[in-house]
Amino acid sequence: MRRFTFKGGVHPYDGKELTAEKPVRVLEAGAELAFLLSQHIGAPAKSIVKKGDRVLEGQMIAEAGGFVSAPVFSSVSGTVKGIEKRRNAMGVLTDAVIVANDFQYEKAPVSPLPGMEEYCTLSQSGKDGRPELSLVIRKASEALELIRPDERLKNVEPSEVLDRIRAAGIVGMGGAGFPTHVKLSPPDPEKIDYILVNGSECEPYVTCDYRLMCDRPGELIAGLKAVLRMFSGARGVFAIEDNKPAAISTLTDALRGEENIYVAPCRTKYPEGAERNLIKAITGAEVNSRMLPADAGCIVLNVSTVFAVFEAVFLGIPLYRRFLTISGDAVVSPGNFLVPTGVSFGEVGEKAGGFIQTPEKLIAGGPMMGFAQSDFTGVCTKTSSAITAFRYDLVSRIAETPCINCGRCVDACPARLVPSHLADMARKMELEKFEENYGLECVNCGSCSFSCPAGRPLAALVNQGRQTVLAARRKARK
Amino acid sequence: MNSKLQVSASPHTRGMVTTNKIMFMVLAALAPACLMGVLAFGPRALLVLAVSVVSSVISEYLYERLLHKKITVSDGSAAVTGLLIGMNMPPGIDLWIPCLGSVFAIVVIKQLYGGLGQNFMNPALGARCFLLISFAGKMTTFTSGSGALKLVTEVSSTTDALSGATPLAYLKTGASFDLKALFLGNVQGCIGEVSAAAILAGGIFLVAAKIIRLRIPGSYLGCFAVLTLITAAVRGYDAPVIYTLQQLCAGGLMLGAWFMATDYVTSPITPVGQIVFGCALGFLTWVFRLIGSGAEGVSYSIIFMNLLVPVIEHFTRPVAAGMVRQRRENRRLMKRNKAEARRLKAAGKKENDT
Repeated sequence: MRRFTFKGGVHPYDGKELTAEKPVRVLEAGAELAFLLSQHIGAPAKSIVKKGDRVLEGQMIAEAGGFVSAPVFSSVSGTVKGIEKRRNAMGVLTDAVIVANDFQYEKAPVSPLPGMEEYCTLSQSGKDGRPELSLVIRKASEALELIRPDERLKNVEPSEVLDRIRAAGIVGMGGAGFPTHVKLSPPDPEKIDYILVNGSECEPYVTCDYRLMCDRPGELIAGLKAVLRMFSGARGVFAIEDNKPAAISTLTDALRGEENIYVAPCRTKYPEGAERNLIKAITGAEVNSRMLPADAGCIVLNVSTVFAVFEAVFLGIPLYRRFLTISGDAVVSPGNFLVPTGVSFGEVGEKAGGFIQTPEKLIAGGPMMGFAQSDFTGVCTKTSSAITAFRYDLVSRIAETPCINCGRCVDACPARLVPSHLADMARKMELEKFEENYGLECVNCGSCSFSCPAGRPLAALVNQGRQTVLAARRKARK
Repeated sequence: MNSKLQVSASPHTRGMVTTNKIMFMVLAALAPACLMGVLAFGPRALLVLAVSVVSSVISEYLYERLLHKKITVSDGSAAVTGLLIGMNMPPGIDLWIPCLGSVFAIVVIKQLYGGLGQNFMNPALGARCFLLISFAGKMTTFTSGSGALKLVTEVSSTTDALSGATPLAYLKTGASFDLKALFLGNVQGCIGEVSAAAILAGGIFLVAAKIIRLRIPGSYLGCFAVLTLITAAVRGYDAPVIYTLQQLCAGGLMLGAWFMATDYVTSPITPVGQIVFGCALGFLTWVFRLIGSGAEGVSYSIIFMNLLVPVIEHFTRPVAAGMVRQRRENRRLMKRNKAEARRLKAAGKKENDT
């Protein structure tokens, strides 16, 4: 079988055996939840509730603040306690709607596509007959038999698909959080050749996308078909790293006979799942920081995003909960969970079984690109794919030694940069030189820092240089 | 839960390779060549190697101690420099000469420019050249060894046998030398240079362990071999291929190509630069050995090219992914993808069934 790949990258220990085969469990929300108004790139959402309002599970509590923005929904029923500042994963204080959970889980009405009743009935686990994302695992063929995506989508205009996605507040769930309806509105839809479903999940320790691909292949295929409804000339591709043979075979079997959708196995290598590398691996085209994937004829969607698209388009359920992996050696029982947004990281840790000891490092995301947390109060958002906690933090103990010019960072850089030189330029604030040497092309994947034998924080330095240049540009534009 | 969390920029994990490990891998890779040297020249050679390593480590320690700097001898780089100096010595050398070389390499070439990573020239080769110029006689006197191997010193044909001369001196005249002896190492020469086979084994080990890349040694040896082959053919030496192989195995070329030219600090970091660097080395070594008047030219070639590394790096900077030329390329690829999609549709081919 052909394996798609790109040049550069590294092979970190992936820790996936800790959670890969752990079935998804539902994580109950706590007494108080905080819904950040900015869970995406773009304008923050605008709150449409006030203190004392009663809200339902799945009810919109903040509307989109512009085109490049997304609405926010409550994940529980309860009472609005007000708007307070909360830390996001990056540690920045942002506005959040605080909701006191009344533990009734009363659900807001939704509008599934006509014909989805049977799926809804068979999937529900709640008592109120509302379509529920249950944990019933169905074979792809059975799910597709229930959903019959081709038949349902025939009666749905492409514009309605897009509307449903926008109304559901879907954003890129792989981490960046770019509003999906914006991504799906390229200037020239005719030019889109590929809808790439990013199932590479190259970040170590994260397995929630793997579980989705194994447990819900039918739903993912339906979600992808909904997206393809908008792009008549495009092919759908599931790009999956070859360390997930079960996901590859499940989807390949499910896609037998499909004309326009196929599985592309990729060589396991970090950062395969970074958008530009994935495009390079599958299509051969290279995308730089000033281009969009659409310039290479591609739209890249994360597996979780495609699942959210399925729920939004077929069931009318907005995005207010997601699959999340909690893992690492400080966690008592690592596993995969269906987590309501708005729950704090500490709460997720406790509910998932607690910590063996206070971790030295708590990361929102995985160890390669995740954000280290200063406390346990950060909250889960639409983009939280993992929480990892480690008893021992190697990085804070590493003493930086001089660069020996070994070139490992150059070999590891998927963007063909010279990280060690860029890091020096950033440190000396030689920003013009930094730009000239393509410093802005860095995606902060961390492969350079990972591979550096001298323990230099190359990615951090290059990112700092990049942020400084971008900040200066923004200032100049004003 | 009290907050004792560590906060740092991503990534929060690191690879297994450290500077220390690299240096000790290099030492391990040099071991077979040293062993062959000791087998060829006896315990005296072992003494020279030991003195070189120890004096090198002590120089670094004393320098850093006296200047109140952080002691870095444990990173292994001084030991590597010392061992390479020792390997570049004739077995019968007075012991103070490698000591002097070590001090020069560590203090003048490495530490005065800022220590590890800052030297612009390979310290071991800088010291060797310094010693070659200062003590030309002592550095080129090769006494017959007392080792376990029987050395091949005589040449079968043409030239008069120069007592104790290295194989390179014979090759210089266009004469032939015992290729098997050159390859295995029972010939006259510097301690660490005699056995091409042992050096090659070490080099392959480093490549397999991903410590070095093939780019520099490959382009160096390749370029030199091609030029030598042409020269030998043009000059009408009998068996140009054998002659080329003899040139490759003789003298410091193997050690230089696998262990000196690949020194990270003094070679280009850019992939294309490494190939340019290697080819230039091959060319220069060819000039020195086959055109110039001397027999040996590896050391001078390498330290000369060391000086050009910043220039090479500047001109071979890679173009980042997706920049400039790629835009045109992308259009072509998109057109191809479109055509393929059309073709697939027309043929009604189902990709998943293949």
